[in-house]
Amino acid sequence: MINQVYRLVSPRQFEVTYKDRSLKFDEDFVVIRPTHLSICAADQRYYTGTRGFEALAKKLPMALVHEGIGKVVYDPRGELSSGTLVVMVPNTPLEQDDIIAENYLRSSKFRSSGYDGFMQDYVFLGRDRIVPLPDNINPQVAAFTELITISTHAIARFERKSHLRRQVFGVWGDGNLGFITALILKKKYKDSKVIVFGKTEYKLDNFTFVDEVYQIDRIPEDLWIDHGFECVGGQGSQFAINQIIDYIQPEGSISILGVSEYPVEINTRMVLEKGITVIGSSRSGREDFVQTVDFMKEYPDILEYFGILVGHVCVVKTIQDIIHAFEKDLTSSWGKTVMEWRI
Amino acid sequence: MIYAEILAGGKGTRMGNVNMPKQFLMLNSKPIIIHTLEKFLLNDRFEKIIVVSPREWMFHTKDLIKKYIDFDERIAVVEGGSDRNESIMKGIDYIDEYYGIRDHDVIVTHDSVRPFLTHRIIDENIDAVLEYGAVDTVIEAIDTIIQSIDGEFISEVPVRDTMYQGQTPQSFNIKKLVDHYQSLTKEQKDILTDACKIFALKGEKVKLVKGEVFNIKVTTPYDLKVAEAFIQERVLK
Repeated sequence: MINQVYRLVSPRQFEVTYKDRSLKFDEDFVVIRPTHLSICAADQRYYTGTRGFEALAKKLPMALVHEGIGKVVYDPRGELSSGTLVVMVPNTPLEQDDIIAENYLRSSKFRSSGYDGFMQDYVFLGRDRIVPLPDNINPQVAAFTELITISTHAIARFERKSHLRRQVFGVWGDGNLGFITALILKKKYKDSKVIVFGKTEYKLDNFTFVDEVYQIDRIPEDLWIDHGFECVGGQGSQFAINQIIDYIQPEGSISILGVSEYPVEINTRMVLEKGITVIGSSRSGREDFVQTVDFMKEYPDILEYFGILVGHVCVVKTIQDIIHAFEKDLTSSWGKTVMEWRI
Repeated sequence: MIYAEILAGGKGTRMGNVNMPKQFLMLNSKPIIIHTLEKFLLNDRFEKIIVVSPREWMFHTKDLIKKYIDFDERIAVVEGGSDRNESIMKGIDYIDEYYGIRDHDVIVTHDSVRPFLTHRIIDENIDAVLEYGAVDTVIEAIDTIIQSIDGEFISEVPVRDTMYQGQTPQSFNIKKLVDHYQSLTKEQKDILTDACKIFALKGEKVKLVKGEVFNIKVTTPYDLKVAEAFIQERVLK
């Protein structure tokens, strides 16, 4: 079969390319027709060309997008019936390790980062790279399940690596990831206080489910937190991390989730003096997808909350529609842009 | 029910000095017809996928399916007719014999030598045929179309904006297609190069679905070279 792969060839320019795939292949694979794809900031860094010249030269041409859901259209073993809605796992490990999780193995391939993403007519995925979704799920929300797994993964790491006094959590960042992380924390730790710190008042207004919100330049002097989550990213993460260091109780943990293109300066003196544990966290693996889908089933109301994050929904039938969706996403200040993949 | 029919009835001579009909030639180490068939297999809306083959190539077709796809109970290989429309009717005869034809049954017919079609083109054909009863897949004409009756001088230069180039799939309500086809005279049937014309001759509306420039028909050695080049994964930077 000739599979159409829609690749970014240079900033703001997509082209269709063709890849020959066989249906008589390894039975460990299944074929998925993508239905809803969600655009991530990392995709935008390629689309706009803000990744460094070297990264672009090395990684393009490449199909973008690593957040998405689709329907099973072919399972050679017949275990999954056609039409089953699944979320696609973008990380592809090439080896196993007892200590290092699949998303930290340097050999793993990650879609839309040097390896074709989900913008294809059909996606061929390893059997363990899909997780079935509940039938009645809102597909526009399910489209960004991968982003939710980032929080699930970071919180799972926090649980394993931090001390057990968890009365007050601080989440820095009033964007999508901050919203998701704060919501999951509030659900998991019902008796704990969750405080969100952000820059923009109208964005903080969306966090109705947390205990308190503060703009970062108006934080009470006597406020303190047990553990902090940085969901800011970019250059702002430097300010956020240092502010967390200021407000955290000794021996607390700081989970860093935001990606920064350039190194940031951290007040290591206070990290040492307070005995702070800094937990790095990046991407996610299959287990996080399973946990996230289970969590959605256990707390269906979180899906309603996540509905607030659906920004623009763009029907995509042509390459021009793809460009339109990416441009629209660039101009939106809140929420995720979801592409209804009908190309 | 929704059926697909892959038209592989031709014994095409345009490919030059090869003994095989063009649909069986290799494109990147796989017969063209297999590439095409695989795209249809990945659409679960089809009840049955009928492959129409010349009589003497039926075993060959079945062997290829077995070799490259394995067994799929949705595929049936049926003997073709004397021309394109007769071949379509042979596929419909098969449906009639084994399943019967009901008022709302539709068929999506496609050239076996157009392997580059997409999921969207198939899906939009199905949606449109269920709503309108007849569908043609087209792209806007890129070149100006010139009409010449005698092949020597221009008869007419139609306005380009209203011109389209026909591709496939072409999709039909089966009952309507059979009724209209059977009501045509022999002369009318003889000048038909296109199944959609059956509907047009009867004054029926045929809905247009947007094709793709790359949904090419591989019928000449030149086309085969272009198709091979498509798959080489070279992208202009």
